[in-house]
Amino acid sequence: MNKTLLILKQEYLKRVKKKSFIILTLLVPFLFAGMFALIIFLSIKDDKEERVIAVYDQTALFNNEFTAEGYTKYVFISNEEYEQVKNNLKGSKYYALLFIPQDIYTNNSAQLISAKQVPIELNDQIRRKLSRFIENDKRQKVIEDTQIPDLEERLAATRTWVNLKTLKISESGEAKKSSSVVAFIVSYAMGFIIYFFVFMYGATVMRSVMEEKKSRIIEVIISSVKPSQLMVGKVFGTALVGLTQVAIWVVLGVVTTFVLQGVFAPETTQQMGESIMQSQGQMNPAIVQAAEPNKVMEIMEMVGNLNIPLILFSFVFYFLGGYFLYSAMFGAVGAAVDNDEDSQQLMFPITLPLILSIMLLFIIAKNPEGPVAFWGSIIPFTAPVAMLARIPYGIPVWELLLSMGLLVLTTIGALMGAAKIYRIGLLMYGKKVNFKELIKWLRYKN
Amino acid sequence: MVIFSAHNVNKEFADTKALSDVSIEVKEQSIFGLLGPNGAGKTTLIRIINQITAPDSGEVLLDGRPMTRADITHIGYLPEERGLYKKMKIGEQAIYLAQLKGMSRRDAIRNLKVWFKKFDIMSWWGKNIEELSKGMQQKVQFITTVVHKPKLLIFDEPFSGFDPINTNLLKQEILQLRQDGATIIFSTHNMGSVEELCDHIALINKSVKIEDGQTDKIREKYKSNIFEIKYKGDFAKVSKTLTKQTRLIDHKENEKENMITIQQINGNSNNDLLQMLFPVAEILSFEEKIPSMNDVFIKAVEDSNKTN
Repeated sequence: MNKTLLILKQEYLKRVKKKSFIILTLLVPFLFAGMFALIIFLSIKDDKEERVIAVYDQTALFNNEFTAEGYTKYVFISNEEYEQVKNNLKGSKYYALLFIPQDIYTNNSAQLISAKQVPIELNDQIRRKLSRFIENDKRQKVIEDTQIPDLEERLAATRTWVNLKTLKISESGEAKKSSSVVAFIVSYAMGFIIYFFVFMYGATVMRSVMEEKKSRIIEVIISSVKPSQLMVGKVFGTALVGLTQVAIWVVLGVVTTFVLQGVFAPETTQQMGESIMQSQGQMNPAIVQAAEPNKVMEIMEMVGNLNIPLILFSFVFYFLGGYFLYSAMFGAVGAAVDNDEDSQQLMFPITLPLILSIMLLFIIAKNPEGPVAFWGSIIPFTAPVAMLARIPYGIPVWELLLSMGLLVLTTIGALMGAAKIYRIGLLMYGKKVNFKELIKWLRYKN
Repeated sequence: MVIFSAHNVNKEFADTKALSDVSIEVKEQSIFGLLGPNGAGKTTLIRIINQITAPDSGEVLLDGRPMTRADITHIGYLPEERGLYKKMKIGEQAIYLAQLKGMSRRDAIRNLKVWFKKFDIMSWWGKNIEELSKGMQQKVQFITTVVHKPKLLIFDEPFSGFDPINTNLLKQEILQLRQDGATIIFSTHNMGSVEELCDHIALINKSVKIEDGQTDKIREKYKSNIFEIKYKGDFAKVSKTLTKQTRLIDHKENEKENMITIQQINGNSNNDLLQMLFPVAEILSFEEKIPSMNDVFIKAVEDSNKTN
């Protein structure tokens, strides 16, 4: 068997058979699913804490407005009691104290005093009650003052909520529904996955090289195969491990989705959706009125309108490109050093552009066509994360080709340079290697 | 027949010369000792033979042809600094290493089983290397060096880490390998084993080859007319008789026999010397002292350091 293939197979099997790989591969989807479930659960979970709010109303107008709502009750108190409770809120039976000042109609301001962090929903509830009452009251006065018939109905009819749908004209001139939110989520997720894999598997290559060097088996190995064969076998073997992991996750994801759809009847999903919308609606009633019932369908349509084949192709391309580029550099570091401390020092400048590219994600999300996004996605060291983050927003073909071409060239260069450092570094022990030294090695002939 | 030769090999690292015009010839089915003080350039030469590094100039030939990368499947190399994969089953890594040397998996397993049985370590097959002692690991490493039946074997300090029993076992195996047709290049600081095993040696000091030849001829060359005489008689008389002709080096007196070590200094023959001694003592034995490899090593290196 070809020796490079042999090393590749060996590296692949060694990692895939590891318990930590199996556990991580199986666990991560559950962690993600669990996190997702937790978020949904928390957002639809009813707030079941019973709270009693003391209301000191200087205007004495709001008696009817503050009736119990859900688990929250309101008790009106006198001035003396207010002073008393205010000084000892923790010791009292009240969760919070609402002070409605005399001048609320002019200042539009009231106070909610609590010893604890007041939940957003409660805050909203009280604000809504106050605003609604004052607004209605003022409107009533206007209606009475102006004496215009049916004014209330006519005013109600003017209430408007514009639902802005984003349409993007594709190159074929076809208008498609797109959503910058969906694009953002997809781009961010992909950028992050690439970052995570490049980092994790690049470091794996480095550790693997260091392990062989530290255990001194390296001399036997390179008296059997060329250092470049060893490097290529290692890098490709580890890449396959990464792809295997992604493949398992994709399969698990698809299977889980089908199973979940079977277990939870469609109503459940609908209920979930409704309750999410309700909670949103509480914040702004207008959304509920304007929102279409098949919002989920719409999101699905938007996802479907992304250029999925291009995204998938680019994902695999930049995944491999970024991984090869960085693992070549990581591998060279592993070959050059013989202890962990030195490797940390050399690793830092290499990981810097990778970390930078994650920070670029936010800037790209704000302006996917801006100069930062452009250069970030052209420069090969940040391109794997940055370009992938741009693609869901749509990308000119020439930029994509330029970025891919540069990445391929840089990666080939990095692999060749790494092979050189490999050959020299593997049998170098006890020498503190810095970047100056590495550059010297790169200049060696033969 | 010469199986391996190096001609005028030079190798320079950043600021030091590792090999200067070194040439050696290794005969088929011989054991060739590559000797020298630490840092002399032995490991560099070994790495050049293994195609790990390339010489700056000069050439290395195997079977009369310049060596190529493909030739390394015919070499078995046991480096001085050795190690195995810590987290890998012994059998699996032995198979892997044999495959890297070009064996098929099936052949590797078959040959390995023969060796494992020979060393009585079949029970280690499924163990991790971490579970073994250093000496046990060395055995596994030795097997992985020879399993692919290489025609050229390079052992760098093969006995380090072995107890005397295993050292002996290993010596027997090395001799057997030669018997079976292998040629062995052997680098060590253990001069006793050189005397015992090596047919031929080359001595390198400070990147230069300073001595090369058959082991017994080199020892012969370094003998310095030193004789050890066992006798019965009076030491005073004997030493008085020899004073003018020789230099006294050492003497011992026992009840049974006395012993005196002397160095001839003015060209008398052995018979002349004996005739002088006959009247004063009964000679029990008369033997010229051949220097040990240890003496040769020290003398050669010191001489070479002086001339430089």
